[in-house]
Amino acid sequence: MKSILLSSTLIVGAYVTIAGAAGTQASAAELTLCWAAWDPANALVELSKDFEAKSGNTMKFEFVPWPNFADRMLNELNSGGKLCDLMIGDSQWIGGAAENGQYIKLNDFFDKEGIKMSDFIPATVVGYAEWPKNTPNYWALPAFGDVVGWTYRKDWFSRPELQAEFKQKYGRDLGVPKTFAELKDIAEFFQGRKIDGKTVYGAAIYTERGSEGITMGAMDVLYSFGFEYGNPKKAYELDGFVNSADAIKGLEFYKALYDCCTPPGHSDAYMSEDIDAYKSGQVALQMNFAFTWPGIHVDANVGGDKSGYFANPAGPTGIQFAQLGGQGISVVAASDKQQEALDYIKWFAQPEIQKKWWSLGGYSALRSVVEDPGFATSQPYAQTFLDSMAIVKDFWAEPSYASLLQASQKRFHDYVVAKQGTAKDALDGLAEDWKDIFEDEGKY
Amino acid sequence: MLHSSIDRAAQATPPPVAQRIKGLSDRAIAWIFVAPSIVLLLAINIFPLIWTIRLSFTNFRVNRPNEPVQFVGLRNYLNILTDEDIWLTMQATAHFLIWTIVLQVLIGFSLAYLINKKFRGNDLWTTIIVLPMMLSPAVVGNFWTFLYQPQIGLFNYAVGFLTGADPSSFSMIGDTALAPWSIIIVDTWMWTPFVMLICLAGLRSIPSSIYEAAECDRASSWRQFWTITVPMVLPFLMLAILFRGIENFKMFDLVVQLTGGGPGSITELTSINLKREAFEKWRTGYASAYAVILFVTVFGLASIYVKALNKVKQR
Repeated sequence: MKSILLSSTLIVGAYVTIAGAAGTQASAAELTLCWAAWDPANALVELSKDFEAKSGNTMKFEFVPWPNFADRMLNELNSGGKLCDLMIGDSQWIGGAAENGQYIKLNDFFDKEGIKMSDFIPATVVGYAEWPKNTPNYWALPAFGDVVGWTYRKDWFSRPELQAEFKQKYGRDLGVPKTFAELKDIAEFFQGRKIDGKTVYGAAIYTERGSEGITMGAMDVLYSFGFEYGNPKKAYELDGFVNSADAIKGLEFYKALYDCCTPPGHSDAYMSEDIDAYKSGQVALQMNFAFTWPGIHVDANVGGDKSGYFANPAGPTGIQFAQLGGQGISVVAASDKQQEALDYIKWFAQPEIQKKWWSLGGYSALRSVVEDPGFATSQPYAQTFLDSMAIVKDFWAEPSYASLLQASQKRFHDYVVAKQGTAKDALDGLAEDWKDIFEDEGKY
Repeated sequence: MLHSSIDRAAQATPPPVAQRIKGLSDRAIAWIFVAPSIVLLLAINIFPLIWTIRLSFTNFRVNRPNEPVQFVGLRNYLNILTDEDIWLTMQATAHFLIWTIVLQVLIGFSLAYLINKKFRGNDLWTTIIVLPMMLSPAVVGNFWTFLYQPQIGLFNYAVGFLTGADPSSFSMIGDTALAPWSIIIVDTWMWTPFVMLICLAGLRSIPSSIYEAAECDRASSWRQFWTITVPMVLPFLMLAILFRGIENFKMFDLVVQLTGGGPGSITELTSINLKREAFEKWRTGYASAYAVILFVTVFGLASIYVKALNKVKQR
């Protein structure tokens, strides 16, 4: 009888323990965060362990390589899929995601939790969070600041024989270029040169056709030449701005840079191809997003003192802009776990988490992190990141951004790589394409 | 005797199924068995086709669920048929289609003719030749981009070795004149074995007695080839052309991996263009009209071709 009683007590006890554990598990959610498959995503996995420990929720990650990222994730959003609870979507998606109800609006949440957008770098708030632009309607929290900048072979630049030859040829020191014209001189100087018995080339720039590569690269240059997306005083008035004489010069410059100074076969290159060209010691200069810099800094071949970083140089009239990259983090409207997803954003927005984010290789957009007196010297590329973030411009973030992007991809690639027509033809055609798209939208 | 054997046979024959399933005729039972297939066919083939045709007359965009869908009549069709860029992609597709078929038929038939001869290692060579078609197009596209790499690519090196040209002086996938040929070369490399196999089946189906009779009549090898081999292999060859034609009309993965449709839009085939319209620009109505036009084109051409094929078979 005693043993029966003991057994019953043990069984009941075990049941209570198991049921209790199951109850605890039921209250913890599994959140899926969707982003691109790249180095910062790995850093976020590491960072998120703190959230898991504190919240009891578990994090799952869905990372898609950049060339397929937009296709895959926009498909997910458009189909109302429940794969992603949190989305770190590209800045250009914000208009479509907001207007089509794919992201939830975060204003009330920010107010309730005391998250202020004024605490973030202004350009990232406009670029990653706001729709319509420059209005206090927030659909994301700036998550990862990014911008196109340049990397150069500091070790090659500092070689006395090359310095002497460059000075003799161009009448100035071989150093960080202040203008795009100087950048092209440097690229030409290195093109086809033998360094340590190996033929090297001038610059790795963006020329990719399939997704957004050549647009990001060409725009990065065109802005500083005077390209505008439209009349600043009248929305969607494109003629004379998109295809202005200055913009045409900018596009001609980009083609000249491609023709003179890129490695052979560099006709379909984006982020990873440029990194490969630079890390393998093929090029003296590399155009790429800032996210690549931590990886370059620790690279065995080109890392440490061998590489330097600089912000986009100025155009012919002295104006200086850079193409904005980066993303904000949003809660997907179709998610069943919106509250837990908001908890993640609340956790992510904390200053100490943002500080840790930067230390792991994520570019925080929180001002308290980047304005910290020690930030600029914390990494060799930190100052360049700050300089670059101060001069950013972004591509259209309209709901029709994908069509606008496809048009520029085609026009730029046709002219720059396929050598068809003139820069004027390309930009006139682009203005027409964009007008047609806006007309279709009823905006023109 | 006869009577009893008929009776025995009648007793051995099972009663009609309808007698066992009371109230159902044989025809009804047949329908019950066929119905799942028909329902499946309607659900995954016919319904999407009808739905696509319906969408093709609207301005529907799948990424704008909140916007009202408007009937636009034939506007999508007119826009497509008058779009210069679409005609350029059609030209690119035709160029790719014609050259791949010509090369694959010539090389495939020649290989089949050689392999059909009895020699040592015949089976081994057949296996080696058919290897490329067993690979995934995405994998093939990826590794051919390395082979075409101007600085380290084996293809450029081989061309340089044979012609004396600097391997890094030309880019197969970056040059507008060479890019269309770069995709033709890869597709031919990959799919010639398929044509070869079909031709080989045709060659092996020719009875040797016909050749023996021709030998008796003192027909030359050349005459035997043109009057026996070619006519008897022709239906097989036409079938191979049909398969490759349909496959290459919808070619996507290989070209996307190799050139992404570039440089510019030189290698942007209709399937790539259609995908961009449907899943990058999200112009669902427009893309549906585009798909209907392509469907009608392929269906029409294939029907004409199949009729011709049947005529050849009847001869």
